[in-house]
Amino acid sequence: MILNVLIWVALGIGLFFNTLGVIGILRFPDVYTRLHADTKATTFGSIFTSIAVVLYAAGQYWHTLDGQYATLALHTVIAVVVLAITNATGAHAIARAAYRRGHRPVQAVVDHLEGKP
Amino acid sequence: MSIWMFTVSVLCALMLLAMVRLVRGPTAADRVVALDAINTLVVASMIVLGVAFKQIIFIDVAIIYALLSYVGTLFIAKYLGGEL
Repeated sequence: MILNVLIWVALGIGLFFNTLGVIGILRFPDVYTRLHADTKATTFGSIFTSIAVVLYAAGQYWHTLDGQYATLALHTVIAVVVLAITNATGAHAIARAAYRRGHRPVQAVVDHLEGKP
Repeated sequence: MSIWMFTVSVLCALMLLAMVRLVRGPTAADRVVALDAINTLVVASMIVLGVAFKQIIFIDVAIIYALLSYVGTLFIAKYLGGEL
């Protein structure tokens, strides 16, 4: 059945990118590169695991016409929208706080914020 | 074991790996980054657990957890930046 294959593919992509994000925060040298790896990769992976949930709910709704699967899909979409907005904004806040605290990028060649308040 | 429980198992293992950076991180900003990663993984695994146990309330918990952890991250970031 093709929907099951799509669910497996979405879960595989999600787990792969979540793993890449966690390896990134373990291996990268300073806070900005860790933030870069972590935020984008884990947000993308979590969106894909949630897409698998939405596909499952859509398939079950197609078979049974039960209203609770529509609720499942709708709440999952709301959770993904909230996750996407809050992760991006939170990462910006962390980077700004790290710069204000005095951390500088380790191997940066150009720093456009140098000398600004 | 269903595929959903396998996904949750892998996500929990990733949380433990991120906790290594949370404990060892040389600066406070690194710890906040690891905490942010753990929050995202908790939200993702809570959504998948809602399907695994067939409980829609878990997904509402995931929404509220995402919003509250966002407030927590913002407050820690304001504190680290010296703006509080």
